[in-house]
Amino acid sequence: MSFPLLTVTAAVPAVGAVVTAAVPAAQRTTAKYTALLFSLATLVFAAVALVRFDPDGNRYQLTESHAWVKDFGLRYELGVDGIAVVMVALTALLIPFVMLAGWHDADPLEDANPNRRWRPTQGFFALILLVEAMVVLSFEATDVFLFYIFFEAMLIPVYFLIGGFGDRAHAAGEDEAARQRSYAAVKFLLYNLAGGLIMLAAVIGLYTVTAHQLGTGTFSLQEILSARASGKLHIETSTERWLFLGFFFAFAVKAPLWPLHTWLPNAMGESTAPVAVLITAVVDKVGTFAMLRYCLQLFPEASKWATPVVLVLALISIVYGALLAVGQRDIKRLIAYASVSHFGFIILGIFAMTTQGQSGATLYMVNHGISTAALLLVAGFLITRRGSRLIADFGGVQKVAPILAGTFLIGGLATLSLPGLAPFVSEFLVLVGTFSRYPVLGIIATLGIVLAALYVLVLYQRTMTGPVKAGIEGMSDLKARELLVVTPLIALLLFLGVYPKPVTDIINPSVHHTLSDVHKTDPKPALEAKK
Amino acid sequence: METLIGLLVAAPLLGAGVLLTGGKRLDRVGHWIGTLLALLSFVFGAVLFINMLGKAADARTLNSHLFTWVPVGGFQADVGFQLDQLSMTFVLLITGVGTLIHIYSIGYMAHDERRRRFFGYLNLFLAAMLLLVVADNYFLLYAGWEGVGLASYLLIGFWQHKPSAATAAKKAFIVNRVGDIGLSVAIMLMFTTFGSFAFNQVLPQAQQASTTQHATITGIGFMLLLAACGKSAQVPLQSWLGDAMEGPTPVSALIHAATMVTAGVYLITRSGAIFNAAPDAQTAVVTVGAVTLLFGAIVGCAKDDIKKALAGSTMSQIGYMIMAAGLGPIGYVFAIMHLVTHGFFKAGLFLGAGSVMHGMNDEVDMRRYGGLRKYMPVTFVTFGLGYLAIIGFPGLSGFFSKDKIIEAAFAKGGTEGWILGSAALLGAAITAFYMTRVMLMTFFGEQRWQPDAEGHEPHPHESPSSMTIPMIILAFGSVFAGAFFSINSRFVHWLEPVTGHSEGDSPISAGTVTGATMVCLVVGVGIAWLIYGRRPVPAVAPRGSLLTRAARRDLYQDDFNHVVLVRGGEHLTRSLVYLDHSLVDGVVNGTAASVGGLSGRLRKLQNGYVRSYAVSMLGGTAVLVAATLLMRAV
Amino acid sequence: MNPANYLYLSALLFTIGAAGVLIRRNAIVVFMCVELMLNACNLAFVTFSRLHGNLDGQVIAFFTMVVAAAEVVVGLAIIVSIFRSRHSASVDDANLMKL
Repeated sequence: MSFPLLTVTAAVPAVGAVVTAAVPAAQRTTAKYTALLFSLATLVFAAVALVRFDPDGNRYQLTESHAWVKDFGLRYELGVDGIAVVMVALTALLIPFVMLAGWHDADPLEDANPNRRWRPTQGFFALILLVEAMVVLSFEATDVFLFYIFFEAMLIPVYFLIGGFGDRAHAAGEDEAARQRSYAAVKFLLYNLAGGLIMLAAVIGLYTVTAHQLGTGTFSLQEILSARASGKLHIETSTERWLFLGFFFAFAVKAPLWPLHTWLPNAMGESTAPVAVLITAVVDKVGTFAMLRYCLQLFPEASKWATPVVLVLALISIVYGALLAVGQRDIKRLIAYASVSHFGFIILGIFAMTTQGQSGATLYMVNHGISTAALLLVAGFLITRRGSRLIADFGGVQKVAPILAGTFLIGGLATLSLPGLAPFVSEFLVLVGTFSRYPVLGIIATLGIVLAALYVLVLYQRTMTGPVKAGIEGMSDLKARELLVVTPLIALLLFLGVYPKPVTDIINPSVHHTLSDVHKTDPKPALEAKK
Repeated sequence: METLIGLLVAAPLLGAGVLLTGGKRLDRVGHWIGTLLALLSFVFGAVLFINMLGKAADARTLNSHLFTWVPVGGFQADVGFQLDQLSMTFVLLITGVGTLIHIYSIGYMAHDERRRRFFGYLNLFLAAMLLLVVADNYFLLYAGWEGVGLASYLLIGFWQHKPSAATAAKKAFIVNRVGDIGLSVAIMLMFTTFGSFAFNQVLPQAQQASTTQHATITGIGFMLLLAACGKSAQVPLQSWLGDAMEGPTPVSALIHAATMVTAGVYLITRSGAIFNAAPDAQTAVVTVGAVTLLFGAIVGCAKDDIKKALAGSTMSQIGYMIMAAGLGPIGYVFAIMHLVTHGFFKAGLFLGAGSVMHGMNDEVDMRRYGGLRKYMPVTFVTFGLGYLAIIGFPGLSGFFSKDKIIEAAFAKGGTEGWILGSAALLGAAITAFYMTRVMLMTFFGEQRWQPDAEGHEPHPHESPSSMTIPMIILAFGSVFAGAFFSINSRFVHWLEPVTGHSEGDSPISAGTVTGATMVCLVVGVGIAWLIYGRRPVPAVAPRGSLLTRAARRDLYQDDFNHVVLVRGGEHLTRSLVYLDHSLVDGVVNGTAASVGGLSGRLRKLQNGYVRSYAVSMLGGTAVLVAATLLMRAV
Repeated sequence: MNPANYLYLSALLFTIGAAGVLIRRNAIVVFMCVELMLNACNLAFVTFSRLHGNLDGQVIAFFTMVVAAAEVVVGLAIIVSIFRSRHSASVDDANLMKL
């Protein structure tokens, strides 16, 4: 038996979570370093998986398969295709930065009296590792039920991260902050649980269908696909549509797609910047990833049936999210709405059903993860310094903290997809992919690039330029730890902006497989088609 | 030789990287690094130029493929360069004028504590602009296109502590982005039509495309025009250029006069094959050009801010170029020729304006200048030569290039030709008027100096030699470039292999056109002299006629934008924010509230007494047992 | 002897136990009543085992005893600690579990 690389990649952070939680209360620093070490170890394993993955090889690689509950056909099946291996790598990459950025977020308050219940550092870092383990497993699982378990289970640590470690920069005082925090956490949990329960019904439905037709029920993605390909399994059109909707609803909540997006601004606004990064850059990606893997592969016909509606919703997300971002007064909520807009792009790319669209969407997931992390973490440093997250409380920061302002600008420019930075490539691919099949939708989506410029530059102008506002004068520039967070992210943005080929080479074959699952081919250029 | 093209772009890019990340320890040498790298880039350009001259006219194109940028399915974007005569012209203009302006900035920005960063941004601009003109496909061109937009944003907003500068920078970027929609849609159309967006694929195919593809190609043409309008400040996307004068003056000279704003002309000329195949798009191009050349000229007449008057002039002159480019093969060469001569004299004029401001405590209001020719002789002479060149004084650069454009406009033929030709002539008259006005208000008449806000009396003085030398070099260009290009139609032969050229048959002879232009010139100068030369200039602007007041406010175009787009947008976003909270969120919260109400009632059952729980358990069991028994019995 | 009698006894014991649980307030007494119910069940199991002539019921009875023993350990510990902190073993005083 070969080395179970994928299991280990997920097990390392899980073990890390336990170890970190077990560190005695007084040794906070030890706990932090322990957690960081485990996240770096995960990164190493994820990198090994990325290297060992052969883009031209089988569709699913590094597979592991063990029976779990035989009577119900549950299996412990792991495997990655080009898309999953990249997403695992992204997750493993971002977590150390999230930890470094949140290094002091869970420290006890300086003026805290010893009797007060302070935020346990150990818990904070253990929960982050736990989220990482669950996210990695949900990317790796190739058994629908196994996926469902981790898809749902990751809600719990995130719930505690939002509710337990909220933003300290709150204008309305400690009690109001706590109230809004728990509101945000509960809202997050309820939205996602509702989505998850509907998905559970669909998962069971799928099992019944397979049990009915194949004799023994199965959740295994590969078994279902091969049974389908050989004609042994035939899902009725109406059944397939219902099952598709059940899956899609859960993913649309998590992604989030308009009009199911309202939990995101609350969750991101009330949590600390690193947790907000965890939510939008890591956890939400499971939603769009799952659309690509489960909706399209399991229900190709229903996906095509739903495409028009999904595309329109995605388009609304793009424009609506951007417009709302322009209207925000709170830095983090602004970034949250910008993310809604970006998720619209990702979903648009997935359902455009072209090579460019889906490769672009996958690349977009990676790039959005990095660029949002860069922007949001710098915003977090900014907010921590000022003790407020209202845009109106800032002004003239570039005068006192030029490096902070510069990195913030680069993060912003990445968000508005400037060429040379990674998100440009993916956004353009999504646009081209959409345009080549649906020209009108493609043109409307390009409006997003103007609106993105608007919200990013308005944010930059109001916070960073102009005369120095009261409360900003003594603001310190980025410290070494903070630079350590931001610099690699920016370097990565530049590198992937100029040379995205290493990533696209891994993604492209998998996208090709997915497209052939839904029986779609790229439209031919008009001139070529005529010849 | 091919690698040299890459180095051409890499040198200033390296400079930008080093200067922007180098930190404070580079403060003292930063400007030298920036200038040297710009100069190095110019040297590379010159070497390439000499090499190019040594080859046959039709074998001068150099290609170099670096690496594949984005390979996804049929979408293959390469990083590759193509250096032909058209690109070469731009490379020399950009690096040449760019280097001069770097040198000028050493003096101009001497007292600015962020000078290192300024040079970093300037280098960034050079790199992006060079990338724009040497790219061998539209996708890479787009990268340069946005890159210069970024550099322009950073440089307009260089004095970020001034809210007006930050606003102007943001406005420039966003208006440019509207134009960028055009370029990106054009690229997507090319991809879906031709399966490629490389010049050597798209352009030949566009030429041979059948009539069924006509609509698509017209669409591409319109989209490219939209892009050009954004970048080159043409109506209706011109509003940002006036505000962009908030940037330091060298920036206005380099980016907002000589190079970046002419990128639209480059784009249209480069895409000549597309426009030739789309007459409707060409009509749109000439219309935009003709409208803008008048629009800019009228705005230029009313501005009292010397830089804004020059900005109006820039807009107008680019209108000439766009119009010429829209005329097709009879105009491409002259569009580029005017672009180059304009690069010389307008950069010279801006540097002159900067020199005046330098000596006048950064005062920009021309009503507070006057009589400066005695105090700034070098500035006066170089500015004066630029002035003569722009109004088209016989023998100077502008005379040759502008005259050719007017001729070409008439040669378009038909009613269209007459309308365009007359617009161009009228524009020439207005140009003569407003430039004479600038000249008279600044250098002639009595002194109208006033102390600045802190009460310092201005002591006009000549600028240091680092500033005057570039001005002198540019003045040389303004004087001789036109004649040099026109002897033996040198410039036409140089560009012809790339852009194509055909002599149109003009309904009126070339001599008549020149004569008419001269009449317009004299009339324009004469009127200006009557108003501003013969009698004293009031230090406070008079209310002015309806047209003057409109022109001062950029013909109300900004107000329109403000009311319709800005206000409208604000209302839209505000109501959406409200709706998102009350409607989208409200539906969900309403459901939650009703569930909550129900559970509130149910929770009364949970009173915490063990006994009541036990009773319910016992009762439940009893019911279950009874049910089972009943089922058995039935 | 008629095995039904054992079942009657078992039912009687169970009823006494259930009534005790419902009526008494002292946690210790409630606890003893629970034990009584469990033992009533055991009696029934053993009787059924005898009736059916197999060992299943006896095995379950042992199983119940083990569970009961474990339960006593935990339950008594809880009751003792509640008594220590509240100086009362009344189940009505310990109603903090409600929402």
